[in-house]
Amino acid sequence: MAIGVKVLERPKQEVSYVRATLRGMALTFKHMFEKRVTMQYPEEKSTDSVHGMGQWSLSPRWRGTHRMMTDEQGRSKCVACGLCPQICPANCIKLVPGEDEEGHRYPLIYEIDEFRCVFCGYCQEVCPEEAIHVGVHYENSEYSRGRFVYDLERLSSQTHPVSTLWDPTDPEGE
Amino acid sequence: MTPEMKGFVLLSVIKLLFVFTVVMVGVALLTLMERKVSAWMQNRLGPNRVGPGGLLQPAADGLKNILKEETFPAEANPVLFTVAPALAFIPALMLSAVIPFAAPLPINSDDFGRDLGGFFARAIPVVGSAVGSVVTGAFHAVFGVMAHHGPMPMVVADVPVGFLFVLAIGSLGVYGIALAGWASNSKYSLLGGLRASAQLVSYEVALGLSLIPVLLLTGDVSFSRIVAFQQAGLWFVLPLFLSFFVFLVSGFAETNRLPFDLPEAESELIAGYHTEYSAMKFSFFFIAEYANVVTISAMLTTLFFGGWDIPFTTWDQHGGVLQTLATGVFFFAKLMFWIFFVMWIRWTLPRFRYDQLMALGWKFFMPVTLVYIMVVCVVLYASDRAGVHGVLPTHLVLTGLSVILAIALFLVLDRGHLLSGSAGRRARAAAARQAQRLAASS
Repeated sequence: MAIGVKVLERPKQEVSYVRATLRGMALTFKHMFEKRVTMQYPEEKSTDSVHGMGQWSLSPRWRGTHRMMTDEQGRSKCVACGLCPQICPANCIKLVPGEDEEGHRYPLIYEIDEFRCVFCGYCQEVCPEEAIHVGVHYENSEYSRGRFVYDLERLSSQTHPVSTLWDPTDPEGE
Repeated sequence: MTPEMKGFVLLSVIKLLFVFTVVMVGVALLTLMERKVSAWMQNRLGPNRVGPGGLLQPAADGLKNILKEETFPAEANPVLFTVAPALAFIPALMLSAVIPFAAPLPINSDDFGRDLGGFFARAIPVVGSAVGSVVTGAFHAVFGVMAHHGPMPMVVADVPVGFLFVLAIGSLGVYGIALAGWASNSKYSLLGGLRASAQLVSYEVALGLSLIPVLLLTGDVSFSRIVAFQQAGLWFVLPLFLSFFVFLVSGFAETNRLPFDLPEAESELIAGYHTEYSAMKFSFFFIAEYANVVTISAMLTTLFFGGWDIPFTTWDQHGGVLQTLATGVFFFAKLMFWIFFVMWIRWTLPRFRYDQLMALGWKFFMPVTLVYIMVVCVVLYASDRAGVHGVLPTHLVLTGLSVILAIALFLVLDRGHLLSGSAGRRARAAAARQAQRLAASS
């Protein structure tokens, strides 16, 4: 102990090494025969807990890549009010509003840069028309960075389930 | 050369190739087993993508390591940095040469070539005799006349110095590790190498001393003779339990396995002595480590668990092909149990602190083994004086003694006198606080 290792006084009665080792070994051995918790990912996948059937589920409050809702005629529900780009903390929504001959506003350009997005879900929360939603979805691989700017057509054609955001005043989701 | 010498050479080469292949393939598969066992103990599946059940994972790893870039630290000593992995690897592999892995196979033949040809002549219908004479001719042309008489020990080199060879060559492995640590010219590597040399030298003492009772009991250091003694009496784990225990723990320290993996201690030293190594050089250290695990497991099996002996029968001692195969299977089963045990411990216990490691080796194992050697000597002297015949009564007396000593060691001395954690200290501090509170309130 030339370099002054601090050696604590050890209690004599309550501690053991051999018996504790044997107990630990019994524990690890028992675990060898327990159920495995690994998910075989490409074969098994997490699905949203509302629609999913499997063992693995995603929370219905999961916030993933966006989806634009459409009406019966297949047009987007968006009225280009500008609330979502306004509230977006990451400034990732690009909206250019347009107006048709009847005076209905619609988005000329609606793009979301999913790389900038922080998936806070404010856009869905603020939308008066329930048009833009964050999705319960997580597989987003692409071959180029450019493909991560989702345009209106792409947002509208997504089919994955959408998030049911959590409201602190309504914890049960009613 | 006489036909006997030629036969000996040929059989030795065959055994050598067999053992080398089994050890190398086995070591590769052990890396997979280690990962599987660790996964199972953590409720995971382990590698299962490459090949059926992940069986080709070692092949994939090997291929990757061969193709990987060899990094070379700028300030490293070029010669020693390259030589160190080989220095770790060669002694580890050499040790597998002296472990008997099955009952001796009786081979009586004046001429291998003629007997081999005769075998083909009997085995193949119609054209058998023609094939047989071709085989005989080819064999004679290549090797000449070869002969072997009597039982062939199923060990590459049945060296008379037995486990002394293992102790001598096994301790050379430290050069590879210490030089790797020094040649890397990195502080983590150096610390790992220094730790390894101190640890291996310390536990070499306990390892050697723990084998002296075995030596006393058999009067011989040859593995074959030690196995024969255990067949006559009891497996040495019973009469020499303390030796077994000290050997087991020292074996873990000698192979740098957890709970004694201080030389590579990931959380403190990155990877210790092999921090700077990559690709195949790194692999060599791993092959050496697993080969050492195999050796220690084989030593445990041979010295304390009867080697290739099949318990409760003497059938295995009458030589024959079937006996050789059956005892080989038994040896392999025992070996696999100890290899599993090493992995089991690794995934159960945390790492020792360095002063604890040294204290255990020098302050506990050395005195215990020295006292135990005296005890065994006294028992052997007494049984000699009492005129006891055969080995079994002595073994039984020592077994009784083992039970008493094991109880003394594990129940009495284990109460915090050896090494202890912090749980008891906290419990006592809590009790003291409680008492203080009571005193203050009253």
